[in-house]
Order: sequence, then C-alpha cells, then structure tokens
Amino acid sequence: MKTFIKEAVKSIIPWILPFLLLLVWQILSFDGIISSRILPSPLAVLKAFLTLSMTGELFDHVSISLERALTGFLIGGSIGFLLGLFNGVFKWLELFTDTSIQMLRNIPHLALIPLVILWFGIGETSKIFLVALGVLFPVYINTYHGIRSVDKRLIEMGKAYGLKGVSLFLAVIFPGALSSILVGVRFSLGVMWLTLIVAETISAHSGIGYMAMNAREFLQMDIIVLSILLYALLGKLSDVIARFFERKWLKWNT
Amino acid sequence: MVKNHFHETSIQLRNVGKGYENRMVLDNICLDIKKGEFLAIVGKSGCGKSTLLRLISGLESCDSGLILMNGKELNGLNKQARIMFQDGRLLPWRKILDNVGLGLQGDWKQKSIEALDKVGLKDRINDWPAKLSGGQKQRVALARALIHQPELLLLDEPLGALDALTRIEMQDLIEKLWLEKKYTSILVTHDVEEAVAVADRVIMIEDGKIALDQIIDLPRPRQRSQKGFTSYVDTILKRIMRPGGTDIHLVEKVRL
Repeated sequence: MKTFIKEAVKSIIPWILPFLLLLVWQILSFDGIISSRILPSPLAVLKAFLTLSMTGELFDHVSISLERALTGFLIGGSIGFLLGLFNGVFKWLELFTDTSIQMLRNIPHLALIPLVILWFGIGETSKIFLVALGVLFPVYINTYHGIRSVDKRLIEMGKAYGLKGVSLFLAVIFPGALSSILVGVRFSLGVMWLTLIVAETISAHSGIGYMAMNAREFLQMDIIVLSILLYALLGKLSDVIARFFERKWLKWNT
Repeated sequence: MVKNHFHETSIQLRNVGKGYENRMVLDNICLDIKKGEFLAIVGKSGCGKSTLLRLISGLESCDSGLILMNGKELNGLNKQARIMFQDGRLLPWRKILDNVGLGLQGDWKQKSIEALDKVGLKDRINDWPAKLSGGQKQRVALARALIHQPELLLLDEPLGALDALTRIEMQDLIEKLWLEKKYTSILVTHDVEEAVAVADRVIMIEDGKIALDQIIDLPRPRQRSQKGFTSYVDTILKRIMRPGGTDIHLVEKVRL
C-alpha cells in the first residue's frame, strides 16, 4: 500500500508545476493584468479547442499535419537508415559517399525553402521533401556510428561460431547498433516537427501551421496559442512512443 | 586412472612464425598435438601464447610456416574448432538460452537446455547475460562452445578474470566435461597451477619459441593435494621466472 501511494505521488509531481503555471496564468488573465490581446486565458484556449473540435476543423488540420510529418519521416528515415547501414558495413562505399554526405549535412535544410518552393510549389511535395531531408541526416549519422561502434570482439566471436553475412548482421551487428539508431530516431522526431512547423507557417493551405497563420490575420489569439500547444502535445506524444519502443527493444540494457 | 594413449595427431604446426609491425611474436614454432590431448600453453604476458591459439583457431593467419588440422592445411577459419574467450563474449541482447544456441538450427532449444544443464545453469535459461556473475557467464560460454561438439576446444585464458574459488570450480568442470568426450583441448593460461590441474602436457613459450615441453603424468581427476602436483607446478614456475635466453632444442625433463 505504501509503495502504491509513493508511485501515485511520483506520477503527480511532474504535473504540479505546469498546473500551477496554468492557474497563475488564468488568474492574471481574469484580473485583466494580462491583456487578452497579448495572451488569451487558458479557458479561452480551451474554448477555442472545443469549438474547432466540434466543427471538425481541428481534426482536419491535425490529421493533415500528422500525415505530412509521418510521410516525410518514413521517407527520410528509410533513406538515412539504409545509407547509414551500407556505409557502416561496406568500407569502400563509405569512402565513396561519406565526404559528399558530410558536405550536404552541413547545409541547414531550412535554407532550401526558397528553392524547394520554386521546385515543388507550395503543395504537399515541398513539405514532405523538407521533412524527409531534415530527418535523413540524424538517422544516417546515428545508424552509421551505431554500426561502426559495435563491439569488434563480439563480431569476431560471431564469425568464430560460424556466423557470416546476413546471419552475422541479424545476430550481432544490428542489435549492437540498435540503441544508437533509436537515439537517431528520437532526435529526428524533434527535427520532424520543427521542419513541419516552419514549412506550414510559410506556405500551406491546411495543417496546424496554416491554422495559426490564418488566425493571425484575424487576430484570433486563442487559436494561435492552441496551435502552439498542439505542437507541444504532438512532440511529447512522439517522444513517448519512441521511448516505449526503446524500452521494449533494449530491455537487456536495463 | 587415465593413461595417455594417443594414436593420431590432430594438429601439426610446422615452422610457424607470426609478427606485428617488425616485432616477432612467434618464431619458427613446431608442435604436434595428439587427438584427445589436453595441452596447456603457459608463459609471461605478451609472450605470444594467445597469438598461437588464435592462429590455430584461424582467426589470424601465420606469416610463415603452416598449420595442419587432421593432416589438411588450415586455410581461414578452423571449422572443427570452438574457442572460448577470456571476456566471455556473450551477446548481451540475447537471453542465456539463445546465446548458447547461437548459430544452430533445428532442435537447438532442447540441445541448449541440455548443454546448460551440464554446466549447472539450467534454471537461468531465461535470464539476460547482465544478470549473471563472471563465473556463470563463463559457464554459459563453455556450454555455447561444447554444444557444437567440436573436435577441438580452444580456451583463451577463460578463467583469468575470475576469483580463485570460482576458478578451481571451473577447472574441475572443464576437466570433467573433457573426460566425458575427450575432444582435443588447448588452454592458454598464465596460471601454472591451472595448467597442471587440467592438462596432459604443458608447453611454455618464451621469446617466441617453445622453451619447455612437459608431460604431466598425474592420475585424473586431478587434485591439488595429489602427490607430485606441487612439484610439477614448482618446476614449471621456476623455469618461467628464470631470466635469460632459451634454446629451442632444449626440452627439459622433470624428475619427481
């Protein structure tokens, strides 16, 4: 019973500070100390959330943003993973491609926005392209380093026990690199949301970023703040999911 | 009472040499190991005893000379051999059972359980390697090596990192399992007592050459209290600690 209470208290503690902040924010707004032109009250944001949910507008925007994020992530992540994999395993390929990749990596992908708009217009392709590009490098670097830093002694043991090629990869190299690969995935999830916010803010007809920019024109403060909170929520959610898989797949490490 | 009756030669080394960056580690080594023989290789650290074992395992290749396994020249990995490393080298992301079954197909699960039973770890099959003590890890590594029923078992200082009591337990286990199957075994160790406790024959490497080749004529299972045990240990130890040159043709005889 005591441990149960302890656990319950432990799970409440992280939420005390956010709750207090909300409370202070609400009180200050209510007293008019914070003008609603600067910052809407939490209740106003909640109201905006409910209204937009009822009309279905919110769901549309969130789902289109989510779709862009995931599509870009899957494309960029797959390319980054495969590049990291092959460069990690085959030395001659690394020699051939690594210098080029390092040069590309050092260009901030958001600097390509003007070019991307000229190439793809402001349609879906440009946003997915930017997300994919942003996600690619963190996944690449961590996959590559993960594979390169697999314990050489374990690889030697695997070979001495008759493993080679695919069986050696599946039994030793991939599991050995997995924790590093997952670090890359978690990092790239952050890049994914960041890129999407910027891309949607600059040019879009739908999505959370568009919702915020559209609200700006009509001075709908509550919707702007709601958009920001939505990004925070989605970012936290993807991190929780990534952590879940990390715990599941790296169970041996705890 | 087990006497040494060897008829066939398992491994032959002919003028084997190996060096790293201008430093000669092994120089013109000639050695015959009989089928079923338990050989121990001793010597100071860095004398090349581990290198010799790695050459026989095929993990490294010799610079000169050749190694014959059952009369055939060894080229690449020695498929008849299984090696056990000092640092265990269990895969941390595989449970004990899956570690032992590494590289096996078919009814490997049943075989793994039997192999683990033999080393006394049947009840730990579902644990992660990180949960095991150093001695238990080496037991798993031993089970993993023996499940393949190798013709040749190579032991690269497998007990070097263990405490004294666990080491004696493991030596007894290694001897017991060897007595059951009589596979050819080569143990590299810096512990002379350990060499005398398990081996039929002890060779010592010094300056890249075999400086001592000593048959251990003691009944099995070996016991430290056996008559003659300490005198073997003393003789070999004295020879190792003696400074100065060696003569490859000098094979010392020990009188009890």
